[in-house]
Amino acid sequence: MSAGASEALSFAERFVAQLPALQVVVPMLAAPLCVLLRRPRATWLLALVVCWGSVVMSVLLLQQTLSGGPISYHEGGWEPPWGIEIRLDAVNSFVLLIVSAISALVLTTAPRSLAAEVSKKRHYLFYAAYLLCMTGLLGMASAGDAFNVFVFLEISSLASYTMIAIGPRRQALLAAFRYLMVGTVGGTLFLLGVGMLYATTGTLNMVDLAVRLQEVESSRTLLVALACIVAGLSIKLALFPLGLWLPSAYTFAPAMVSAFLAATATKVAFYVLVRFVFNVFGPELAFGDLQLDAVVLPLALAAMLISSSVAIFQQDLKRLLAFSSLAQIGYMVAGLCFASLAGLTGGIVHLFNHALMKCCLFLVTACLVLRLGSTRIDDLRGLGRRMPWTMAAFVVGGLSLVGVPLTVGFVSKWYLVLAAIEGEGWLVAAVILVSSLLALIYVWRVVEVAYFQAPPADAAEVDEAPWGLLIPVWVLAGASIYFGLFTEHSAAVAKQAAAVLLAGSGGGP
Amino acid sequence: MSASTAVGLGVAWPLLGAVLVLLFGRRPNLRETATLATAASLFALVATVILPAVSAGERPRVEVVEVIAGVALAFEVEPLGMVFALVASGLWFVTTMFSIGYMRGENKSDQTRFYVCFAVAIFGALGVAFAANVFTLFVFYEVITLSTFPLVTHDGTEKAKRAGRKYLGILMGTSIGFLLFALIWTYRLAGTTDFQPGGILAGKADGGILIVLLALYAFGTGKAALMPFHRWLPAAMVAPTPVSALLHAVAVVKAGVFTVLKILVYVFGLDLLSSTGASVWLTWVAAFTLLSSAVIALYQDNLKRRLAYSTISQLSYIVLGAALATPLAAIGGGMHVVMHAFGKITLFFCAGAVYVGTHKTEISQMHGLGRRMPWTFGAFLVGSLSVIGLPPLGGSWSKWFLALGAADGGSQVMLAVLMVSSLLSIGYLMPVIGKAFFSSAVDGEAGTGAERRHWLCVLPPVVTAAGCVALFFGADAIFRLLRGMVGS
Repeated sequence: MSAGASEALSFAERFVAQLPALQVVVPMLAAPLCVLLRRPRATWLLALVVCWGSVVMSVLLLQQTLSGGPISYHEGGWEPPWGIEIRLDAVNSFVLLIVSAISALVLTTAPRSLAAEVSKKRHYLFYAAYLLCMTGLLGMASAGDAFNVFVFLEISSLASYTMIAIGPRRQALLAAFRYLMVGTVGGTLFLLGVGMLYATTGTLNMVDLAVRLQEVESSRTLLVALACIVAGLSIKLALFPLGLWLPSAYTFAPAMVSAFLAATATKVAFYVLVRFVFNVFGPELAFGDLQLDAVVLPLALAAMLISSSVAIFQQDLKRLLAFSSLAQIGYMVAGLCFASLAGLTGGIVHLFNHALMKCCLFLVTACLVLRLGSTRIDDLRGLGRRMPWTMAAFVVGGLSLVGVPLTVGFVSKWYLVLAAIEGEGWLVAAVILVSSLLALIYVWRVVEVAYFQAPPADAAEVDEAPWGLLIPVWVLAGASIYFGLFTEHSAAVAKQAAAVLLAGSGGGP
Repeated sequence: MSASTAVGLGVAWPLLGAVLVLLFGRRPNLRETATLATAASLFALVATVILPAVSAGERPRVEVVEVIAGVALAFEVEPLGMVFALVASGLWFVTTMFSIGYMRGENKSDQTRFYVCFAVAIFGALGVAFAANVFTLFVFYEVITLSTFPLVTHDGTEKAKRAGRKYLGILMGTSIGFLLFALIWTYRLAGTTDFQPGGILAGKADGGILIVLLALYAFGTGKAALMPFHRWLPAAMVAPTPVSALLHAVAVVKAGVFTVLKILVYVFGLDLLSSTGASVWLTWVAAFTLLSSAVIALYQDNLKRRLAYSTISQLSYIVLGAALATPLAAIGGGMHVVMHAFGKITLFFCAGAVYVGTHKTEISQMHGLGRRMPWTFGAFLVGSLSVIGLPPLGGSWSKWFLALGAADGGSQVMLAVLMVSSLLSIGYLMPVIGKAFFSSAVDGEAGTGAERRHWLCVLPPVVTAAGCVALFFGADAIFRLLRGMVGS
């Protein structure tokens, strides 16, 4: 970095200046170390230190971008657009914080929840894959260069196939394989799009792309490039019906992996989509020439209605939550389609909020797997009394999914419905509300079984989940309430991020 | 203590009670003492600190947190909310007394959960009463819904669970589907959701939008039980009787009609409604609900179901009062919140006392019960007359003002509706009295032992019946307080 040469800089300042690269590099280097260490406890501790370290780094980065504007980090000191740039602004440093915080929280539960599902001998491999996946996600979020986005996308995808396949049941292999097939198609489509962009403009740097695309006439190649990128990312972010790989993958993966992926992987893909639509191509091209919203919005609405309805009929809690995820992704994508401040704020804040609540809910399933050995809804009868803290967390997370006021879900819904009313999208507003009601039905079905049905006569004694799991679960449940009340660190940041995206559309800030 | 501190404390007080109940869960006597003490102190707080301030024209305000720019969780007490809070906190004490008699008399399980949920429901009711904006009101409206669900399904039978689903489905469905939508739309139109004298929508929306918005509010408030969203109310009768008393006299339904009244007065503004005629259609819906449910009540043999339909009918009086959009009608509506609360809770207490004493639920089985339970049915008579609206009982005043308000607005039809429905209420309430006092007992049981054994179930209806009488003479105070609502 150019400024790094100055001797006047203290060590701390130099460290801070290297943060944008470090927060990707550290987990990447730690992953092979895990393989070398091999001992489950030691690898876990290493991974844990790395995860919490990246939380600290992303907090510092977010503070910097919120107060001082975008950070541009030039890898190896090469000037962009020739060199590789890491570019952080309010939008992606927010995403970085979400990814690293969730990774750290989920990993904290690992010794208890992983042991129930994965043999101890494979733990070190799991931690390596976990760190690699995290590297990929952080890299995707921070890359300022379209090709690097692809590279990190593949890193995160390959790592997540591994983590899904490690699930205890044999179906996990099939689920991972299916995801691999579909995910590869998605990655390839994305790469095709990036290739066409390069062919048209001769650059891969995203800021540079945006500038040059302004000068290029809208051509068919460009539209096809955009379409490929949107389609590729839609697979990754699991937009209905391209995301039908997701329910099986989340159902058969270890519960902890589902918690991690549900809260991070789809979210980062959504961020990349937003970035490409608003900052690379610009809303005029995406919504004017290509009429993206005409295709994507109906899919988002279908996601809300169909996936929520399907979720109602699931017999397995993890599958139910997975379908609910598909529906919630519909909310985010609908927010994007409004292309307004309220809409984007809603989409981004829901990215954050949904990460909190879904992670909390999947960790609850981790508690269930550990203590009950099952996540079938039938087996949850009378569990409200036998595992009161676990099920109470489920209620909090579930109410957030419904969007009950004083939970985070309400804040998201507020902005999304507001955006729909502003844009006079009455149908969208109605669908959002109907889908909330469907969420009420599927959440309440579980609550009723857990609280209002007697436990089966032959039920074995069940202990409350261990603290190692309960604390992260309740941190997330508490956060679902805290950020439903105090939104200056969630919705306000999301609003600032949305403003950055809208202002930067076409030129970059 | 300043009035605004008292407001914050008052809302939190029942929650504190809930915690105490939970702590003393294993010692029933201490637990019930905690509830009673909380209820009594809450009423004292509301009546001695907040009431004088509000009567003097103050509007004590507390802001808890601003959730979204311009949308805060905040409380501000105005006359209508003051009245509702007084009713809710005052009747909580009496209902608790009754609950102790009923729940112990019936040996119900899970009594701790029962009292906790009860306290949380009152917490919700006070939050609704003191809400400074539609958002806060919505929040506490949902608190009431969620906290009363375990009460409705208390018995845990298949029937109770079905009723619970219907209860939650209709109340949550309407509130999320319509009320939330109306709330966000209001914010979009007015830039705020604060309750302000004269409303916040004047000049912000034209006729068509006003009508749609009003419909979203009126039907979104499922607790007001406007047809066709009334079915949860009879279904919820499966709950233990103290719950029915709480639901149908204090927390749930009153929160519903209070919401409608408050929104019409403080969000739309009576002037805006009367000048645009946006609420005329609502008077017709209310009138239809009012008459048809009274007719349905005539045909119910189960006493609680009959009372439930009577409640639906009486609630529409209040909605009608608001929709007429004249000051007197609105005051009449506000007053009916109180009068109906006392009348109807008396009737439910009596139904509960009869059940505990004799395990009879159908009116056709109540031959000659009046002679065995003279206090109970005496109270029932007083409560009935108040609901019908005859002097010297409180119910006569609210109907008087409603009728005056209808005449003010020039709606003769609505005046006629009010009169006819009074006749209908005679038709569905008096036969119960007739059966109890004037037909001879079939099973030959005699003596008033049942009343003596369960005196805790019999005392509360007598108290509230006395309240009905007292309200006839105290109505002026309520009238003067409520006048502050319409600014005259």
